[in-house]
Amino acid sequence: MSNRSQVAAHVKALPFSGIRKFFDIVASRKDVISLGVGEPDFDTPWTVREAAVWSLERGATHYTSNRGDPDLRKAIAGYVARQFGATYDWEREILVTVGVSEAIDVALRTILNPGDEVIYHEPCFVSYRPSIILAGGVPVCVETRREDEFRLTRDMLEKAVTPKTRVLMLNFPCNPTGAVLGQKDVEDIADFCMKHDLLLLTDEIYAELTYESKHVSFISVPGMKERTIFLHGMSKAWAMTGFRIGYACAPAEVSENMMKLHQYAIMSAPTTGQKAAAEALERGDAAVAEMVAEYNRRRNYLIAAFADMGVPCHTPAGAFYAFPYIGDLGVSSEEFAMRFLEGHGVAVVPGDAFGQSGAGFLRCAYATSMDNIREAMARLSVFVDGLRSRKT
Amino acid sequence: MSEILDILKKNARTSLEDIAKMIRSTPEEVAARIEAYEKAGTIRGYRALVNEDHLPGERVTAVIEVKVQPEREGGFDRVARRISGFPEVVNMYLMSGKYDLLLFVDGDTLREVASFVSERLATLDGVLSTGTHFMLKTYKQDGVLMDGDKVDDRLQVSP
Repeated sequence: MSNRSQVAAHVKALPFSGIRKFFDIVASRKDVISLGVGEPDFDTPWTVREAAVWSLERGATHYTSNRGDPDLRKAIAGYVARQFGATYDWEREILVTVGVSEAIDVALRTILNPGDEVIYHEPCFVSYRPSIILAGGVPVCVETRREDEFRLTRDMLEKAVTPKTRVLMLNFPCNPTGAVLGQKDVEDIADFCMKHDLLLLTDEIYAELTYESKHVSFISVPGMKERTIFLHGMSKAWAMTGFRIGYACAPAEVSENMMKLHQYAIMSAPTTGQKAAAEALERGDAAVAEMVAEYNRRRNYLIAAFADMGVPCHTPAGAFYAFPYIGDLGVSSEEFAMRFLEGHGVAVVPGDAFGQSGAGFLRCAYATSMDNIREAMARLSVFVDGLRSRKT
Repeated sequence: MSEILDILKKNARTSLEDIAKMIRSTPEEVAARIEAYEKAGTIRGYRALVNEDHLPGERVTAVIEVKVQPEREGGFDRVARRISGFPEVVNMYLMSGKYDLLLFVDGDTLREVASFVSERLATLDGVLSTGTHFMLKTYKQDGVLMDGDKVDDRLQVSP
C-alpha cells in the first residue's frame, strides 16, 4: 500500500456529525429513556402501511419515472396547493427525493457555483453546513438566539449578506430549537430575499407540527415561489421516516436541473415509499391531526415541567423539540448530557451538536410516550437540583 | 371533543396534575371539569381494558342476532329494554338489515350462555328468532390491539 490517502482531502476534512459520537455512547447502554430521537414514536398510520403492502402484492416494485410516480406528484401538487397556497405544475416543478436530506444535497449542488455564499442559521440540522461545503458553497452562519425565541430576524440577515450571497437556507419550524416564524417574519425575510435577489432554500419538513398558530410557508408570499426551492416530505408529520420520501417544489428550470443530479445518483425514490406517500397525502389528514394533538400535550407538559424546576426554556412552537437552557448550571451541554445519561439513564442531545450557538442548551425531543416524558422530567428535576446544590 | 375527555379515553388513570400540565390548566380546574362531566353523565365510568384471553379458566362470549316484532307504539324500545336489563347482556345495539338487535352476551360456560338464549331470550314476547355465534379470539377491543407489545426499535439518538 502506498501512503497516498484513499479518501479525498475535502471529505476527510468534514467533521463527523456531533450527534454521532453521542449516539455511540447511548447505544452501548441498556434501558435508557431517550429524548434524543429525532423521529416520531408513532407508528406509520395503518392505511399508509396497508397501501404499501398492497403495492408490493400487486407487483409495483420497479423504477418509477425519475421525477417520481405521476400519481404521487399529482397528490403532492394537490396537497401543497391546499395546505400552503401555492400551485405547482406536477410535470415540471416537482421532484420526489429520498427524504429531504437528498433534496437538500441535490438542490445545493444544482444552484451553487464555487464560492457562492449560503446564509443559514444555527443551531440547525446537522447536514446543512456539510452539504453547503460539499456543493462548493461557502457557508455563512447566522446565530439565532433565545431572546428572539430562536427566530431569524431581518437585521441578522442584513448583517450577513454580501455581494457573493446567492442562497438563503432556512428550516422553520426548526430542528433543534422548535422555533417557528410568524406571518410578519416570513414577509420580512421574503422581502430580504427579493431585495438582494437571493434564492431561498426552505426546508419545511415540520410544517404540520405547529401548536400556537398555523404554519406560514414562504411559498404563500406573492413573488417568492419564483425564487424558492420548497422542501417537504413524509417523515415527520406522517411518521414515515423509514419510507425515505421527500420532495422539492421549484421553478421548472431549477427542478429540471435538480432532476439531472437525482437521475444520475439515485434513479428514482423507492417505489414502495412513493405509493405509501400518495396514500398518506390523500387519506392521512386525520392521523396527522391526532398525532399533532398528542405532541402538543407532551409539549405543554415539558414546558410546565421545565418551569417547575426553574430551567429556562423558550416556548417551542413547532416540530417536536424543546430546547431548554442549562448554561447557568456550571456544566457544559456535553458534560450535562453525559452525566445525566450515566447517572440517571436519560438521553438528551447537547445543543452544540447543532452548531456552536447551541452551547448551553439541550435538545429534548418529545417524540416519545407521556410515561417516558414524565419519568425523564422527574429524573431531570433531581439531577438539576443536585447540580445546583453542588454549585452553592 | 374536549381535550380532557380525549386524554381520559386514552388513559383514564392520567393524574389530575399530568392532565393540567398537558392542557396548560390547573389540577383544581381539571378536577372540576371532570366532576362536571361525571355529574352530567357524559363520563359513565372508568374501567380496566382486560385481555380476557390472558386469564385462566373459560369465559364465553356470544354474539347473538335477534329478530323481534316491533310494536305499533314504541317500536323496538320496549322489548329492547327488557332484553338489555339482563346482566348477561354486556353490549346491545339496534341494527339495520336482516336482524334487529345485536347482543354481546358473557357467560362462564357454553352451557350457561346456551341456556340464557333458549330459556330467557328466545321465550320473550316479541322475540321472533335468534342466531348465536360464539367468539373465538379477541384481536382488537375498543380500538386497542390485544396481541403483541409495541417494540420501540428506533435508533436511540438521531439527528
